[in-house]
Amino acid sequence: SSSFDVSNWSRLASLWPLLYGTSCCFIEFASLIGSRFDFDRYGLVPRSSPRQADLIVTAGTITMKMAPSLVRLYEQMPEPKYVIAMGACTITGGMFSTDSYSTVRGVDKLIPVDIHLPGCPPKPEAIIDAVTKLRKKIAQESFEERTFRPTRTKYPNLSSPHRFVSIVNTKKYKKKLETQ
Amino acid sequence: MGPHHPSMHGVLRLVVVPQGENVIDCKPILGYLHRGMEKIAENRTIVQYLPYVTRWDYLATMFTEAVTVNAPEKLANIQIPERASYIRIIMLELSRVASHLLWLGPFLADIGAQTPFFYIFREREMIYDLFEAATGMRMMHNYFRIGGVAADLPYGWVDKCLDFCQYCLPKIYEYERLITRNPIFLKRVKGVGFISRQEAINWGLSGPCLRASGVQWDLRKIDHYECYDKIDWQIKWQTEGDSLARYLVRIDEMKESINIIQQALKLLPGGPYENLEGRRIAQEKGRMNWNSFNYQFVGKKSSPTIKLPRQEHYVRVEAPKGELGVFLIGDDSVFPWRFKIRPPGFANLQILPQLLKGMKLADIMTILGSIDIIMGEVDR
Repeated sequence: SSSFDVSNWSRLASLWPLLYGTSCCFIEFASLIGSRFDFDRYGLVPRSSPRQADLIVTAGTITMKMAPSLVRLYEQMPEPKYVIAMGACTITGGMFSTDSYSTVRGVDKLIPVDIHLPGCPPKPEAIIDAVTKLRKKIAQESFEERTFRPTRTKYPNLSSPHRFVSIVNTKKYKKKLETQ
Repeated sequence: MGPHHPSMHGVLRLVVVPQGENVIDCKPILGYLHRGMEKIAENRTIVQYLPYVTRWDYLATMFTEAVTVNAPEKLANIQIPERASYIRIIMLELSRVASHLLWLGPFLADIGAQTPFFYIFREREMIYDLFEAATGMRMMHNYFRIGGVAADLPYGWVDKCLDFCQYCLPKIYEYERLITRNPIFLKRVKGVGFISRQEAINWGLSGPCLRASGVQWDLRKIDHYECYDKIDWQIKWQTEGDSLARYLVRIDEMKESINIIQQALKLLPGGPYENLEGRRIAQEKGRMNWNSFNYQFVGKKSSPTIKLPRQEHYVRVEAPKGELGVFLIGDDSVFPWRFKIRPPGFANLQILPQLLKGMKLADIMTILGSIDIIMGEVDR
């Protein structure tokens, strides 16, 4: 056994997922919290804040409007973090990949994904299987790999044509809110 | 309050203008789950579109299928056999119980009581098992067809369903004992989010929000659809119009749904479960040999595609959230010309800013929970 085993074990035995769900896959994710498919036995305690979570299970369709929020949530999570892309909608766009004009075809266009979990929606047993596979993947990690893979950096374009609108609502919110 | 929040109400963004702890104004921003369902419908036949419709309201999936299938049936005037009608009623009412159960969990979790969330999943898993035995999927069953249902109930399903009803009714009373007289719950919920009777009608609300304000409006009694007239049941309603009244209406509706299921199971007749495929096979008897060499290993026969006549029509069902309607304009082809969905959550959400004016910040989640919206259908 290597010296990384203890650190890997401490991470995989207590993956804390973010309570995140857009659409129908979230209901299957929530029934994991229930008592029939208990995911506390794997150490998964659902957290509400991304600052306290280290696993995000993207449950539900990601639309273009929701994509910046998802990326921001991912960036707010502290390292080391893992992503399970749950459901067909997050892998390739799923049933909306042909004719929808607003769905993002696959969440790996936005954030790096560790495990892709097919199903529409995947049964809770399948989600547990995905968590098991993620644990096996974490068990094989080592420090060299982690320092080699750089964290994401965003380089916003300074000369973009978009107009900067303040997020803070002033008293004139009735007029300005539509331009946000 | 951004599109991701710890409650399970879906991706709704509320821009709230507070003054200390009071809420001055609130603006809900939708569209975080808009997937273009209505546009997709214009390129799918009805049978191809059925998997999409369960993704509108993913808690009460049978209702979305029922309205999608009722639209061409009424447009082309197709009758369904009586057994199919009773099976549909049983499935719809089971779906209503499931939807109200999953409303109850997050509603109480927002107020602060985390345990009912686990209790409801116990019952909901049993309903899922019943659905899985009959339709093959826990949640997104592709079960309803034009002309009936896709497959008959398996052997022993009726007995299992009766067992479930006998088990579930005392559990609903248990929820009442735990929750309804709890003083913390009453203080959070009584008098919060009051909608008067006239306002409820003016805003176009439907479902439990309307019935809690004193309007006895239930589409199952008004439209006389399926075989609801042959079953003895009452509309449940309250007069107060606050969140407590909406909660009581939903609890009573659950009990009434169990009652309807039990009666429908006893009245279930024999006979065919589906009309169109049987008719097609009877008409094409000479030409189609489903038992011949070429087809003998084909497990699934393709459903007949129906050509929608060039007419327009609005059908509606009493979904657990309200009036779910579909306005269908046919174009004398297999694809509809326009498939407009009237979701109950979209209409019921309009009243949220008015209800929140003058309330405290903590009441936002109570009121939002009591209106019972689901973003899959609000955004489509």
